[in-house]
This record gives sequence, structure tokens and C-alpha cells, in this order.
Amino acid sequence: MSHLLANLTQFARLLRAAGIPITPAQVADAAAGLAWIDLARREDVQNVCRALWVQHRRHLPLFDRAFDLFWRQQAGAGEQAEIPGPQWTSLRLMMAQEGALAGEGDPEKEPFSAYSAVERLRHKPFTALSAEEMTRVRNLIAGLNWQPPVRRTRRTIPARHGAHFDGRRTLRHSLRYGGEPLRLARRARTHTPRPLILLCDASGSMAPYSRMLLHFAYALSVRLAAVEVFLFSTRLTRVTPHLRRRSIHSALDQIAHHASDLGGGTQIGGALKAFNLRWARRLLHRGAILLLISDGWDRGDPAEISAQMARLHRLAHRLIWLNPHLAAPDYEPLTRGMRAALPHIDHFLPVHNLHSLEQLAALLETLPG
Amino acid sequence: MPPLPATIDDLQTALAGQRYMAERSLTTAIFLALKLGKPLFLEGEAGVGKTEAAKVLAALLKRPLIRLQCYEGLDINTAVYEWNYARQLLHIRLLEAQGKAREAEALENIFGPDFLLKRPLLLALESTPAGPPVLLIDELDRADAEFEAFLLEILSDFQITIPEIGVIRAAAPPVVVITSNRTREIHDALKRRCLYHWIDYPSFEREMEIVLARAPHAPEALARQVVRFAQALRQEELYKAPGVAETLDWIAALVALDQHSLSEAVIADTLGVLLKYQDDIGYVRGGRIPPLLLQARG
Repeated sequence: MSHLLANLTQFARLLRAAGIPITPAQVADAAAGLAWIDLARREDVQNVCRALWVQHRRHLPLFDRAFDLFWRQQAGAGEQAEIPGPQWTSLRLMMAQEGALAGEGDPEKEPFSAYSAVERLRHKPFTALSAEEMTRVRNLIAGLNWQPPVRRTRRTIPARHGAHFDGRRTLRHSLRYGGEPLRLARRARTHTPRPLILLCDASGSMAPYSRMLLHFAYALSVRLAAVEVFLFSTRLTRVTPHLRRRSIHSALDQIAHHASDLGGGTQIGGALKAFNLRWARRLLHRGAILLLISDGWDRGDPAEISAQMARLHRLAHRLIWLNPHLAAPDYEPLTRGMRAALPHIDHFLPVHNLHSLEQLAALLETLPG
Repeated sequence: MPPLPATIDDLQTALAGQRYMAERSLTTAIFLALKLGKPLFLEGEAGVGKTEAAKVLAALLKRPLIRLQCYEGLDINTAVYEWNYARQLLHIRLLEAQGKAREAEALENIFGPDFLLKRPLLLALESTPAGPPVLLIDELDRADAEFEAFLLEILSDFQITIPEIGVIRAAAPPVVVITSNRTREIHDALKRRCLYHWIDYPSFEREMEIVLARAPHAPEALARQVVRFAQALRQEELYKAPGVAETLDWIAALVALDQHSLSEAVIADTLGVLLKYQDDIGYVRGGRIPPLLLQARG
């Protein structure tokens, strides 16, 4: 038995290293559980450990692979198994390209001289910022205040003027007056901020904006509890967990590692379909607000975009499309993708400078609950 | 009170006796939940037999099933206990008539067990002659995160604290089954107290077993086609793929329509039994029926 426990402990340590959290209590549970079964049946041993240790579906394949690896090695040389760590790549190459693009804008031509420095920055397009200005704008983005509209929940709390009767408190109170219910206690519905879902186009045509938009997404995730962020180019990648990192730099590294298609072509319809199939039912059912950031350049089928946008529009509380080109005086939504999407959009806003993000924050604050 | 199954194989046989054909990994999870006295957390797509597992378990252990259907805003008053206000007020009137209403002690009694209305979670802590009940907490993902917090004390210690009365502890812990359709992630604190099992769509052979056990009147040739069709349909890009429950509904519908094999016309007419989104139905009707039927005929 002690040999088994030693093996279990080591196996648990291996799983922890692979990213599956296992408490000592769970190891003890497994030891207790294994006492009930025939240890010669490897499948049962695996099932027992899995039932006690794995708590997320995404961990299942990892667990099964680790189990095979560990017990095979255990049977062989008895060495500690090793799972190859993920190979981190970095976002730096992409960043370097963007840096080059950022230098191209010509600030001399812009009629900003009358504004103060911050005012100038607020209205300067992201694509025209110098490296130093970019840092300052980034800090300003991090400081923006986000107040998404609230949704009335079905949960109630004690409140003086609530709409619901609170029998328990009324009775409690009445005991002080010999059981006479002099005052009716009441309860009111609570309110909770609506979740924000961000679908961000990170294809080649959006590259000049990608960096600032990632900072925007990071700032949102830091400020608000209920934020989900997806990037798409040729496919859809959920980056919410990566943005929960403590520093923006490790967040960006993680994103570059997991979304290898960034900077490629665009399949808006395909990305939206992937979102609808896999995520919409899980994320949009509590009155979420959907922010879709894209220039609408698309190589796919406009009919697909139209169908998927219609579905998104039905599921989301509000659908807001942010387009970096919208601010250009001669812009007209003529791209096929944009035209297909327009009928299904609640709000169409620009997203090319700090001021446009402030406008978005202001819109969110004024949206009815 | 029948004894708990002694081995995984015994349990597998007992489940099959209730016409519940489980994968061995699920049987193992249930077996452990019984042996270790831990709640069982079942996750999976709709219609793969999560709720059914709890019902079958209650039937084979011959214990009462207590079911708590979750929804947003579910609170202590509906899930755990509630005071019987009407009775309390009447009791106060009675005390008044007897001239005892000023006695603090007499008034305090109205927050005693006599005035307590027990809701499912509190009921589950009471042992019956048949043994502790099976508690099914169904579709936990429909409740809000606040409700999960109520469950923590019950799931880890099988006890409930009522401020006016004190701690109520289960004499023998109930068998707890929690299900979730995964429309949102359940908090880790709750999952940690449970055995977790993901129920996948069954393999072709397993689904055939299920269909033959649950729809014994269906012709086997039809059952084979129906299961193959459902399996093929799950490979398509659908917003909601059909579960085993839908397969069973469909075969019942086909038997009711006196069908002995699948045809394009009958599939088109009865597709609403399998698929529940207009987009999905439109997609399949738009030219996917012939290739799927070809696969179903094998």
C-alpha cells in the first residue's frame, strides 16, 4: 500500500506540473478509492483517479495521456515521467512590424496644434502614434472607467421599498410588538452588470490597430469581472484566460502562442459561426453585450456573415460593431462583409483613437438596462 | 434497504437491470460516489442521461428521490427551508387569546421545528426507512453563482445551519447527484467537493444497447438505421446536436408512424423530434438528408 501511495503522490505531482491542480486530500481520496477495486484492472485504476482528480473537461485528454505515460514508465525504468512543456513563442515579431507601421504617420500634417498634449493624443489615430505616445495612450486606456449597463436579476435582498414581501423579517420584527406586524418588511431584486463579450478581428488588414486593441481588451479584463475576449483571423481563439495574467507582456506572449493565425486573412463569417456553434449558448444567455471589432474586410461568403450576424443579434442584448475606418470622412460601409452585417447591428461606432474608446465607454453607461 | 453493490461489475449489472447502459468509466464514478460518500457531479450535453442516472440510482437502491430543479434566483426559502408564516401568525393570536403574548419565551418558540417548512435540501438530510435518499440537484448551471455558495456546507459536511434552530446534520449522508449542461462554468470550490464525470455521446454499440433496452418494440433494423443516422448527425455542424433522449423520442415517433425503415420523406417530416433549432432543421433539409440516409443504411 505504501508503494502505491508513493506512486500516487508522484503521479499527482506530475499532473500538477502539467497544470491539473490536485490537493493532498484528493490523493488521499484516491488511495481510499483504490482500496475498493481490483488493482490489476488498469482501466479501473485510471477511472478511479480520473473521477477523483479531474474536474474540468479540458483536463481529460491531458490526464489520460499523463496516465499512460506515467504508468508505462513506472512499469519500465521507474523513472519520473516528464511532460514536455509548451514551447512559448513571442509576439515580438508582430510587434516589431507594427512599430514600423506606427512610424509612418506624419504628425506635421495634422491640425492638432491648438489642443493640449493630452487632447492631441486623444484624437490622434492609433496608427499615427510614436512609440513614446503609444505608451502614454496605453496608460490612458488603462485608466478609462467602464460601467456596462446592469441587468435586474431574479435574486432578492432586503430593501426598504422593495416590491416583494419578506415574511421572515416581518415576523421577526413583529415579535418586538407582541406579534403585531406593524411594518411590512420588503425585498427588492438585485442588479448585476451585464457581461461584455469582445470579438476582435486580428487579421492582416487590422494589424495597425491590433496592438492598441489588445491593450483595450486587457484593460477591460482588468477592470471588469465578466469579460470574455476572442480573437479571430482565419479561426477563432478564446484569449480570456491569457488576459487574466498579471502583466500585459505575459498576456501578449500567451496570446501569440495560442493564436498562431494572427495577422492572416479574414473569415468573419466562419469565425462568427465558430462562436455561435461553440460559445454563444454558454456566454450570451445572460443578457450580454457583444462588441465586434472589425474593418469588415472579408474573403468569405457575405450570406454566411448575414446569417451568423442575425443569430448573434437574436442572442445578444446589444450588438455593437466597432470599425476603425468609420471615422474617415469619406468612409462608406461598402465592403461586402460590412454591408451584410449592417442590418443586424444596434450601434456602429469608430475605434481608431482614444477618443473613440471614450465614446464607447459613454455609450455603455447610457445603454438602458 | 438493499446493500450497496460490492464491485463495479455488480453495479454495471444492476444499472443494466434498470435499462441504464453506462460506460464503465461512469459506473466507476457512481461506484466511488457510493463507497466514498461523495457527491457526484455529472456534466455533459443535453440528453445524454445525466438526470436519468440519478433516477435509476434511486430505483436500484430502492430509496426515495428528492429532486431540486435549479433556476436563476433560487434561494434558501425555496431550496432549503421556509418559516410557515401563516401558522406563526395564528399561533401568536392564540397566545394573545391565552394572555401569554407578552412572555418572550412563548414567542421565541414560534421559530422552532414545528413551524419549519422543509424544502428539498433539508428533506434530503432526513433518513427514511429505506435509507438516506438520493438527492438530485438538476441543471445547477441554471442557478446563479450565489446559490452555489448555499450548497457548499451541505455537500462537504451534509449539514445545514438554520440561525434560529442550530445545525441540522444528516444521520446518514444522502447520495447526491448534481447535473450541469455547462451553459456556464461551475465554481471550483463546489467541484472540488465532488467526483466529476463528463458524459459523452455514446458509441454506436452503446447507443444500440440503449435503444434496444428502452424501445424494445422497435424493429432492430429500424433501430440500427436510426442510431446510425443520429451518430452521423452529431458529426454535422449543428447548433444543438441530438442527444440520446432525442434518438429515443425519434424511434418512438417512427414506431408510432408504423415505419420499418428510414426514408427521405419520413426523415423530413419528423426532423423536429431530433433537432430543436430552425437553423439546424433548415440546414439538414437543405440537401443533407440523402448523404446522411446513405450513411444510416450503412
